[in-house]
Amino acid sequence: MAVPLSFYLALSAILFTIGVVGVLTRRNAIVVFMCVELMLNSVNLTLVAFSSFLGNVTGQVLVLFVMAVAAAEAAIGLAIVIALFRNKQTVNIDEINILKW
Amino acid sequence: MNLELILFFGTAGAAVATALLTVLLRNPVMSAISLIANFFCLALLYLSLQAQLLAVLQIVVYTGAIMVLVIFVIMLLNLQREERLTERYDLKKIAGAVLAAGLVLEMLYVFFSEEMPLGMPETPAGSSIGSVEGIGAALFGTFLLPFEVTSLLLLAGIIGAVVLARRRS
Repeated sequence: MAVPLSFYLALSAILFTIGVVGVLTRRNAIVVFMCVELMLNSVNLTLVAFSSFLGNVTGQVLVLFVMAVAAAEAAIGLAIVIALFRNKQTVNIDEINILKW
Repeated sequence: MNLELILFFGTAGAAVATALLTVLLRNPVMSAISLIANFFCLALLYLSLQAQLLAVLQIVVYTGAIMVLVIFVIMLLNLQREERLTERYDLKKIAGAVLAAGLVLEMLYVFFSEEMPLGMPETPAGSSIGSVEGIGAALFGTFLLPFEVTSLLLLAGIIGAVVLARRRS
């Protein structure tokens, strides 16, 4: 691999930041959810890069667990979105503010 | 400029572009489709890092399961009324963009300012670390307990999703 580790880390940082921007600026709950997936994936890239450069399989096993957690999170998160839409007829997170005092 | 570097920059550029499209596009379905393209770019990067099993799982689990679920929910909610999705530029957006720019600058500074201790020692080509055999041996050996706990987590996820999405009678 002629590509240095720093390049993978930098790409991962950029992808993570794009995900952060999405979570902070978008108001559609499903798009916010997709931006969280983007952040999870950028961390996965870091783990795989370190695993590959250190010659250690642990990072890749951790990515498997992250994928399992992401799958569970997708099921629960989308169920919450459906339940919210059923009650309030919107997925705009500015209008979902009952828990805000 | 060798081939691997060209491949890396091509895939990385595509990944950043599709991630930006995911955030910037107004239509949630188009956002989801560009996110799928982003996942394919990441799978290519995993392949270049010799993580073959993860590259396949990235496509099967993320694109095949999670994103299909997301698109299914977008269609189910029938979000065609665009006025519900119009978003204005306001103070929160600018603050978010400024904070994110600070974050990425900090991270890039850390990555490029100091000498990485592991610049060169790396997995030799043809190594079996990322293969099904290598990951399976670690998963059912060292990581057996976390693996089993993951199945409990997925069971809890199934039950939670059914309870949440059930129509109250």
